Amino acid sequence: MMDFIIANAPALLIALPMLGAFALPLVGRLGDTPRNAWVLGVALITFVIAALLAWTVLSGGPVLYTFGAASPADAIPADSGGIPIRIVFTVDAMSAFMAVFASFVGLVTCLYSVASERRSSGKDGYYALMLLLLVGILGMVCTGDLFNFFVFLEINSLAGAALVAYRIDKGVSVEAGLKYGFLSTLAGLMVLYAIALLYGQYDSLNMAVIASRMSYTMLDKVALALFVAGLALKAGAVPMHFWTPDAYSMAPGAVTAFLVVASQAGLYGLFRILFSVYGLTLSYVTVGWAVIILGVLSMFVGVSMAIPQKDVKRLMAYHAVSQSGYMLLGVGVGLVVLGDAAAMDAFGRTAMEGGIFHIVNHAMYKGLLFLTAGAIFLQTGTRNLNKMGGLGHSMKWTMLFFIIGALAIAGIPPFNGFASKLMIYESVFAFSPVIAVIAMVVSILTLASFVKVFHAIFMGPEQPKYEGVGEVPKPMLAAMAVLAIMTILMGVFPEQIVTTVIAPAADALIDQGAYVATVLGGI
Amino acid sequence: MIENIPFFCAGLLVLIGLAVIVTKRDLIKMVMGLALVEAGVNLLLVATGYISGGVAPIFTNAPSTEMVMATVQAMTLTNIVIGIATTALLLSFVMVISRKYGTRDVTEMRRLKE
Repeated sequence: MMDFIIANAPALLIALPMLGAFALPLVGRLGDTPRNAWVLGVALITFVIAALLAWTVLSGGPVLYTFGAASPADAIPADSGGIPIRIVFTVDAMSAFMAVFASFVGLVTCLYSVASERRSSGKDGYYALMLLLLVGILGMVCTGDLFNFFVFLEINSLAGAALVAYRIDKGVSVEAGLKYGFLSTLAGLMVLYAIALLYGQYDSLNMAVIASRMSYTMLDKVALALFVAGLALKAGAVPMHFWTPDAYSMAPGAVTAFLVVASQAGLYGLFRILFSVYGLTLSYVTVGWAVIILGVLSMFVGVSMAIPQKDVKRLMAYHAVSQSGYMLLGVGVGLVVLGDAAAMDAFGRTAMEGGIFHIVNHAMYKGLLFLTAGAIFLQTGTRNLNKMGGLGHSMKWTMLFFIIGALAIAGIPPFNGFASKLMIYESVFAFSPVIAVIAMVVSILTLASFVKVFHAIFMGPEQPKYEGVGEVPKPMLAAMAVLAIMTILMGVFPEQIVTTVIAPAADALIDQGAYVATVLGGI
Repeated sequence: MIENIPFFCAGLLVLIGLAVIVTKRDLIKMVMGLALVEAGVNLLLVATGYISGGVAPIFTNAPSTEMVMATVQAMTLTNIVIGIATTALLLSFVMVISRKYGTRDVTEMRRLKE
């Protein structure tokens, strides 16, 4: 049984949540408790499988899973002329890392939803969409096939858009959902157009095969521009960020925390295309600088738009844009020095590790912050900072979790935001001091903004209109507590996490040859 | 040159779709623009697999073995299905919006709080 699970982990990772999602309308008929148990069970098992898969990958190298083949590792059939003709999942350290924390956040947000959505209607559809969003994310990060990537991208987008619009809220949520769905679909079509251009030239959809044949023609450049534009739009980087504040602020708290991960799957796709498909054939200095500029713009525009916001979730959404800038910056620096081994060892690798570490850190503390915002909205019925105040008296735990998240996002030790930001500052400083200073200034502005938010929500005398407001139910507190503990643990033991998980992930991106060899054998 | 016309048509369709999205104010027309972009991408996909004089890639009783690429046709079929799902979802959003707001004009959308 155990061997079967480990051998088929990549397929089960997709199949289980999908089965879970489509069975929900049936399970839901049994009542609330069986449905909650079903959702949490499915999410938990998915997380366990992702962890098992990651363990296999980290201990034994990348895992290949060929759908429909006699043996999953048999990517290239004997009579195919040396090319993989089936859909192949290529799970390397980077994919495994994304899969583990995505399914972790999926589990936590489902746990949170059990309490936060307990009085809402339409829970079958809600949880089914949550699980489908998980399927989309896991598929995007695991697949080694470009068209398959597009299909999962669409699953991700549609489930996300439907979740944003799920609580109609006089139509405003639907407006946000329409915006998100529309732009995500446009992004998906750009990606598909680029895939068609690559397929037309290289006769394959497998990323490794395309990588091995890549000659960087004019059409490849057009395809690259489409990939970058589409995936940066999906990841919510400035100047394509305009959907994020709407979608993130109108979705329920748990959904927003999960949408952050959905956007990061777009970021993963961008990195995968840049490093594993194009790699050294790319004019990496130019493209690397383009990524850095996207990153710096996101950081700066995000934080400066966040400061004047009155709506707590909108404010946090702009901070999410700003934080994704750090990831782009770190990985962009790595891309610029991709061909320069000395500079890569001196600071490029650290920058990439910092950027990748920031992805998971951001998922943890931003998820935590969005969950606290959701808790506050649930109890007070408002997201307007000016109408809140004095909640520190009645929502002590939420306040504690908010403080942890806020300190982590501002990069204060000993929380995880500090660990990854320090890596980015140090390495980027060696690359370009000016950009490092911008990154630090953005961090200080982030801190200032969150001090203001904290003051507005929790400080001050108890307000009579919030007299009956108490603490949120236990499952919500538990979900926030799990993320808070992760935020602290990853901040206290950053070295262990970087060496065991992050460094292999960064190496998996840098070493394009290894990625190609995983599928094609040692060519 | 003549054999490249399908590719230019595909690009043109995408551009027309984008122009519709940018210039039209009616939400339904914008969704239709998106459907046009999708049609353009589909045409590009099918065109990449075409072989002059090729027949449908069905081996049973095939008149000749010169066949068009089956992979891109499968991809196009998948994308058509995805496109239907997307368009249906987006149109249903438009339906809810026009019912709640009483308008489909994008400039009259109640702007989400700044």
